[in-house]
Amino acid sequence: MKMMIVDDSLVIRRKIEREISLPALTAIVTARDGKEAIDVFKEHMPDLVTMDLTMPHMQGAECVKELVKIKPDTVILVISALADKATAIKAIKNGARGFLCKPFTETQLNDALTKLIDYSEEVKGS
Amino acid sequence: MLSESDLEVFIEGTKHYFSTSTDKDVQVETPYLVSTEEIVVNDFTGIIGISGERKGFVFVTAAKSMLRYLVLSLGEKEADPDLVRDVIGEVANTISGNARRSFGPGFMISVPLLVEGRPERIGLPKDLKGYVIPFRWNSFPFQLVVSLQ
Repeated sequence: MKMMIVDDSLVIRRKIEREISLPALTAIVTARDGKEAIDVFKEHMPDLVTMDLTMPHMQGAECVKELVKIKPDTVILVISALADKATAIKAIKNGARGFLCKPFTETQLNDALTKLIDYSEEVKGS
Repeated sequence: MLSESDLEVFIEGTKHYFSTSTDKDVQVETPYLVSTEEIVVNDFTGIIGISGERKGFVFVTAAKSMLRYLVLSLGEKEADPDLVRDVIGEVANTISGNARRSFGPGFMISVPLLVEGRPERIGLPKDLKGYVIPFRWNSFPFQLVVSLQ
């Protein structure tokens, strides 16, 4: 399983990469904004994506829509500081499968990703 | 202007950031009101512009020594200069974004603008007032400054 981390913060990209412990993961690629994410996505076609929302060049909400158009079964977890319910609901409507609010712990990150992968495998199996 | 409950949103947001991301809590000191021309910044400053239903800015300013320690506390083995520069923006972004839990989606935040060094002015609008909230994390002092209309 391939994963892409999209966040304009180097600290957050490295934190996610360092703290993920998913046995099924074989490769991780990263992008610094929505525009770069589309290029990296097309090149590597990851199965799993973590997506920030507030970024330069292309915001995460728009990027989620674009990624879902390219590969509808991509599992996207939005990881954002925008803590209001409306933002989380909008992210899900755009095609994300889950929402994790910053700041987050290692346990919260892995729990959120594990839930999404389990859900995705259930959907594929049914 | 900011109300006491508005200030509390940012104080709680700052406490939450440090208690979740590191193993040390912050101590809050007494906030005070200043004009933007009186604001003094530290080695690194992360500024978030606020638009939408509220207008203004939020920024966090801290010494390099604190940010190096913060980067290490986040799990990095070395406090690389790129990480030290980046982390102040991420702290400002997280505290401002979390404020939407109270202010709602009309509280629009920009991407962080990073200022390095201690310029006399950092381009803030004149004739505005802002609250300086002094904090202390792991004995390092830092400040959160909020100015909202």
